[in-house]
Amino acid sequence: MDNGCFSSPRRDFPAGLRVLVVDDDPTWLKILEKMLKKCNYEVTTCCLARHALNLLRERKDGYDIVISDVNMPDMDGFKLLEHVGLEMDLPVIMMSVDGETSRVMKGVQHGACDYLLKPIRMKELRNIWQHVFRKRIHEAKEFESFESFESIHLMRNGSELSDEGNLFAVEDVTSTKKRKDADNKHDDKECMDPSSTKKARVVWSVDLHQKFVKAVNQIGFDKVGPKKILDLMNVPWLTRENVASHLQKYRLYLIRIQKENDRRSSSSGMKHSDFPSKDLGSFGFQNPVNKQQNDVSTDSYNYSDGSLHLPTVENKNHEGDKGTVSQFPIAKKGRPLTGNVADSNIRESSRVGLNQPFAQSEGNHAVFDCSLPTQYSWTEVPHMQLKEEHKSLVQLEDSFNQMPLHGKQHHIQVDQSQSVASISSAPSITEEEVPACIEAKPLFSDFKNDQSSSVNSIGNAVDTFSIQPGSLAMNAQSLEPISTTNSGLKAHGYNNLSCISDVEIYQRNLLLGGGAASAPLDEDLHFQWLQGECYNMNFGLQNIGMSEYYDPGLIAEAPSHLYDSADYSVIDQGLFIA
Amino acid sequence: MDRNQSRRQIAAMKQSLFDQGLLDEQFIQLEELQDDANPNFVEEIVTLHYRDSSRLISSIDQALKERNPLDFNKLDTLMHQFKGSSSSIGAKKVKAECNLFREYCRAGNAEGCMRSFQQLKKEYAALRKKLEAYFQLARQAGPQETACRSK
Repeated sequence: MDNGCFSSPRRDFPAGLRVLVVDDDPTWLKILEKMLKKCNYEVTTCCLARHALNLLRERKDGYDIVISDVNMPDMDGFKLLEHVGLEMDLPVIMMSVDGETSRVMKGVQHGACDYLLKPIRMKELRNIWQHVFRKRIHEAKEFESFESFESIHLMRNGSELSDEGNLFAVEDVTSTKKRKDADNKHDDKECMDPSSTKKARVVWSVDLHQKFVKAVNQIGFDKVGPKKILDLMNVPWLTRENVASHLQKYRLYLIRIQKENDRRSSSSGMKHSDFPSKDLGSFGFQNPVNKQQNDVSTDSYNYSDGSLHLPTVENKNHEGDKGTVSQFPIAKKGRPLTGNVADSNIRESSRVGLNQPFAQSEGNHAVFDCSLPTQYSWTEVPHMQLKEEHKSLVQLEDSFNQMPLHGKQHHIQVDQSQSVASISSAPSITEEEVPACIEAKPLFSDFKNDQSSSVNSIGNAVDTFSIQPGSLAMNAQSLEPISTTNSGLKAHGYNNLSCISDVEIYQRNLLLGGGAASAPLDEDLHFQWLQGECYNMNFGLQNIGMSEYYDPGLIAEAPSHLYDSADYSVIDQGLFIA
Repeated sequence: MDRNQSRRQIAAMKQSLFDQGLLDEQFIQLEELQDDANPNFVEEIVTLHYRDSSRLISSIDQALKERNPLDFNKLDTLMHQFKGSSSSIGAKKVKAECNLFREYCRAGNAEGCMRSFQQLKKEYAALRKKLEAYFQLARQAGPQETACRSK
C-alpha cells in the first residue's frame, strides 16, 4: 500500500502485527498470547469486552487486528464485533468452541473477517495477517479508483481510508484524491494527505450516529453546529472535528436523499408528493434539477465563482448518479420510491458496504444486515453509492466544497451528489443560511449566484465534488453560511467520504434498526441542513420524507469532506460557524 | 539410565493418555509452545485450566441443585464455558461429556443432565489425576524431556 493513507506496514510484515485478543477464558487467553507471540506478533490480551473497547478507543491506531471470543459475560462478542467494525474499522476474527453453522453465519453477518473454532491451531493464527493486508489493499484500491476523479481533496485522512473499508473511508480517499487531482497534480500523489492522516479515525457506529442524530434534532437542524452537537452527544472521546466532519457528511447525505427523492418523484411522481413544497422547496426543483443535472455535466459550473471547474469526474457519476440517485433509499417509510431504487443500489452497496461489516472485508461498512430493506434509502443509498461511486462521492465532496452543487459534478458518489443537486436547485441558497454548513456552503454560495444554473451545478456539484476546492472556498466565503446547521460542518478534511459512507451505514442501521423514529426529525434536520448548507437551506426539508434516514451525521460528514481540500481553510472561515 | 528410564516412562504415560482418548492434539500443541521463555508452559496452562474448570463445576453443581425447575439455559451456558476450558488442554473425553450434557440441556432432560454431569466429573477427576502424575514425572526428568517429545 503505497498510498500514504495508512502507515505502511512494517518491512518485516507480518511480524509485529498488533493483535488484541479478547476472551473471558483465562486459559485460552494465555495460550493465544503464547501462540501469537510465537508468530512474532505484538499481543495485547484482555478478558473483558468493555476493556477491549476502551483500549481500542484509547489508541485508535494502536492495533491492527482484533481476535475475540463469541461468548463473553459482559458483552456479546457480536456486539463487540460491530463496535470495532464501526468505530475502528479493524478486521475482527471471532472464535468459539461452538462451531454451529448458524453461529458462524452470524459472525460473518456481523462483519467478522474470519471465524475460528477452538481448539485453535498455530497455523490458523499464523495467517491472520492476511486480513489486515486484504483490508489495506482494498483501501488502496478504493483510493486509486478515486484518482480518476478530479477528486476534491477531501480525504485528509489517508488513514481513514486505509483503515476503513467502509464507505466513509473510501469516500474520503476518493474525495481527497479527487480534489487533489482536480486542483493540483501533486495532490494526487499525496493520496491522502499525510497530515490529514493524523486524524484519528472515528468510526461512526450506529449508536454514535444515533446520538448524533438525536443531538442534531434536538438542536434544530438549522441551528446545528459541531460544538453544540458534541456537547449534547456527551461522548468523551469524540472531538468537535469528528462531529463537524460527520455533520458534513450527514448533510450531504440528506442532500443526496433529497435529490433522489426529487428525482424519484419527478420520475415516478411519487416522491413529489412526499415533499411538500414548503419543505423542500428545493425538491420541487428536482425535476428541473434533475434535468439540470444532466445538463449540468455539460455546463457544469455556472458558479458565480466561475472558478468551479468540475473536474472530469463528472459524467460517469453523473449518469450513475442519476440512476443511483433514485437508488438512494431514503428509507422513509412513506417513500417507496427511493426505497426501491435505492434498494437495488443499496443492495449493492449493502453488499459492498453492508456486507462489509459482516464480511469484514474491505472495511466494515457497518454492520447492517445484508438484507437491507428497501426502505433503507438513506443508509443504503449512500452506502452503495459510496462504494460504487466513491468517486462520485469524492467528487461530491469536492464539489461541495468547491461550489455549490454543480449539478454536473459527478454525482457525488452516492446520492449525495444527487441530493445536493436537487437541493441546490430547489432552495434558494441563501447565503446566510448556512454559514456553518461547511461543505455545503460553498456549493450553496455558488448556487445562489446562479440559481438556475446552480441548480444544475449543485446537483452536479454534489456529484462531482471534484470541484476545485478553490472554487469552493470562494463560495464558502461568499456563501456566508447558510445558516442552518452548518456551523458544525466544517469539513474537517476528515474523510468526509468515509463519513458519508459511515453515515450511510448508520443510516441504514437506523433504518433497519428502526431508526425510523428519528426519521422525521432527521429529515428536518437533513433538509434544514441541506438547505442551509448546500444551498440555502430553505428547503422545507422538514417535511421531506427524505430525511427519513438522513443521517445527519452522514450529511455532516459529507460536507466536511468537501472541505477537505485546500479550500477548506477558506471555507472554514466562511463557513465554519462552529 | 535413570534419565532414559524416566523419559521412557513419561513417553509411555503420555502415549497411554492419548491411546485412552483422554487427550487430543491440543495437548501436543501446548507442548510445542513450550520453550525457553516458558519452560513450564504446559503445566501452567493445565493449572490455569484446573482453576477455571473447578469453579465452573461448582457453579454447575449449584445450578443442578436448584431443581425447580432446572435452568437449562444457565446450565448450557456454564457448560459451554466448561467445554471451552477443556478444549484448551485437549481434554478429549471430558469434552465429549460436555457435548452430551448440552444435548440433554437442549432437550430439557433433567435426568440426562444429572447423569451426564456425574459422568463428566468422573472423567474430569480421572484426567486430572493422571496429568498430575505425568507432570510430576516430567518435572523429575527435567524440562527438555517433555518438551521435545511431541508426537
